[in-house]
Amino acid sequence: MPEPPVILAKGTGAATAAGHAGTASGGPGGAKVFAPWNDPDAKPLVEFRSVTKLFGEVAAVDDLSLKIYPREFFALLGPSGCGKTTLMRMLAGFESPTHGEIWLDGKELTGTPPNRRPVNMMFQAYALFPHLSVADNIAFGLRRDGLPKGEVAERVEQMLALVQLHGLATRRPHQLSGGQRQRVALARSLAKRPKMLLLDEPLGALDKKLREQTQFELVSIQERLGTTFLIVTHDQDEAMTVADRIAVMDQGRLVQVAPPAQIYEYPTSRYVADFLGDVNLIEGRVAAMAAENARLTWCEGRPDFTCPANPDLKPGDTAWFGIRPEKVAIDKDMPPDRPGQNAVEGTVWDIGYVGNLSTYHVKLDDGQMVRAQVANRVHLARREISWEDRVWLSWGKDDGVLLAR
Amino acid sequence: MRRFTWFNATSITLGFVFLYLPIILLVIYSFNDSRLVTVWGGFSGRWYGEALRNDAFLSAAWNTLQVALVTATVATVLGTLAAIVLVRGGRFLGRTLFGGMVYAPLVMPEVITGLSLLLLFVSLDVPRGLMTIMLAHITFAMCYASVVISARLVSFDRSLEEAALDLGCNQFSAFLRVTLPNILPSIIAAWLLSFTLSLDDLVIASFTSGPGATTLPMRIYSQVRLGVTPEINALSSMLVGLVTVGVIVASLISKRAETRRLAAERAAR
Ligand SMILES: Nc1ncnc2c1ncn2[C@@H]1O[C@H](COP(=O)(O)OP(=O)(O)O)[C@@H](O)[C@H]1O
Ligand SMILES: [Mg+2]
Repeated sequence: MPEPPVILAKGTGAATAAGHAGTASGGPGGAKVFAPWNDPDAKPLVEFRSVTKLFGEVAAVDDLSLKIYPREFFALLGPSGCGKTTLMRMLAGFESPTHGEIWLDGKELTGTPPNRRPVNMMFQAYALFPHLSVADNIAFGLRRDGLPKGEVAERVEQMLALVQLHGLATRRPHQLSGGQRQRVALARSLAKRPKMLLLDEPLGALDKKLREQTQFELVSIQERLGTTFLIVTHDQDEAMTVADRIAVMDQGRLVQVAPPAQIYEYPTSRYVADFLGDVNLIEGRVAAMAAENARLTWCEGRPDFTCPANPDLKPGDTAWFGIRPEKVAIDKDMPPDRPGQNAVEGTVWDIGYVGNLSTYHVKLDDGQMVRAQVANRVHLARREISWEDRVWLSWGKDDGVLLAR
Repeated sequence: MRRFTWFNATSITLGFVFLYLPIILLVIYSFNDSRLVTVWGGFSGRWYGEALRNDAFLSAAWNTLQVALVTATVATVLGTLAAIVLVRGGRFLGRTLFGGMVYAPLVMPEVITGLSLLLLFVSLDVPRGLMTIMLAHITFAMCYASVVISARLVSFDRSLEEAALDLGCNQFSAFLRVTLPNILPSIIAAWLLSFTLSLDDLVIASFTSGPGATTLPMRIYSQVRLGVTPEINALSSMLVGLVTVGVIVASLISKRAETRRLAAERAAR
């Protein structure tokens, strides 16, 4: 199973992504895990209360409520057009909610213009001022605040150091590469030390290598400054890499809000399961529901699956069993029958090879396709499973999820 | 496109001859030593000297310059405001009507513009003079200015203004510090265009001027009715030179700004 990205050590050194149980404390060595969302006394920095934004008849954001906590790196994830940018622009003050309230640091924001909000935004296309040098771009906000000259210069220096752009202070934006412009935009939006930084698809214009590298830099900058970051992205890997919590959006609503590992391992809907990563979904009918485990009838005449319980379901309900391809084992022989182990037989239909991984597309005897993903530890030539082979797929009783919708 | 053919060469030559032969003749004859306009009497620059010593011409030129300067400045300011409202104002009641009304004078026959303004001034009992010419010129030059400036504003990236707001500007200072520097070339171009339009207008000025407020084109026109003199040729040549320089500078400025902007945008990808 893939380890969730453990890079968010929130100043404690305890590199533990908050697990599915979401314990607020008690990581390795007793160090406190960063999970204010589980603490009922924690004060949110930002709170959306039933916010709706209508453009004409269309609800870009639909009755959405959300709390974001100080020092959090929060990701809004969703397909294009689901309302991510609109949500962010309401927080920045460029759009106002049709209904509902937005609270920031204990104050309701309605009517506060963008220049009076203690948030700054890094724009999707950077929006650097073409007529100003890098240094003047970064100093722009500081000068508007009337900071003394010396302090402005000092802060600009700090910011250039933070984003590693020494020596480029006098350049104009059009003399920079895409990656450099992205850094200037970041420096400019951080220069005023906002309570919260909004990043709208900040890495969308960079190529893959640079993007991955920059993701880690963003995390490290966020940890050093302790600023709350709200990032908008449609790239699930990016959200998983950088965020403490991810909110998955669909058509203006939040579908699930949880830490990356939880959202990956325990999605609450087919939409989320499918949106983050790859998933096999098998439709069936609930045969039995106990406290720990449920049984799902998925094909007449075959043994039922044993899977984790879902309190939203009762026997007789239609449900979907979801399991990640990397959790499905593939064998030529029937696996030993252990209690709770699920096993099905099928025929290898296709093999997808991507170097480090192979994905086996196996057609079950009732026609459904199930994918199993295996790390290629032996050389390709010595691989023992081939096209058309009869194989057994198996997984443990707790390896998947049972979904009601 | 770029291939040389006799057809292309001929048509372009004919076109340019048609457009510029009269002006070239005018300039050539302005250096004619002879008093008779149609007889070549050798090369001389004396008519330029004569023209510059003619008090009637000089005062007309001074009037024209005053009118053109005021017109260009006021029309550019008003044109900029109109462009901002039209491009940035979003949808407001009467937007289409306002847009149409701003651009209507572009296609209005000058005689009609001049006549209606004259009627207005007469009925309001405004004493006619330089002031009324300026008002008249501002009305039509403003339309041209707003066309030039709104063309630039349309392509101006709105998120730059939002970035300025986000970093602490209010609407006004965002415009001053971010929008204005970036659309400045088009504003300069609009100023030069308005200046030239006002400089060579005869029809509207004739309708709206009063005693003592004679502009250079009006002076030239009235002189020509008494017969073309070499002095007029010299004066007209100077005017042609001034207008040419104005137009060339305006187009160079906007062209250079455009190339720079395109380069910056290409780099931004
Ligand atoms: N200014 C606007 N006017 C009208 N519709 C808008 C406007 N901004 C966004 N929308 C609509 O709202 C929806 C959400 O847009 P957006 O927030 O930009 O989505 P995302 O950032 O997730 O791609 C889309 O259907 C979009 O067309
Ligand atoms: Mg967007």
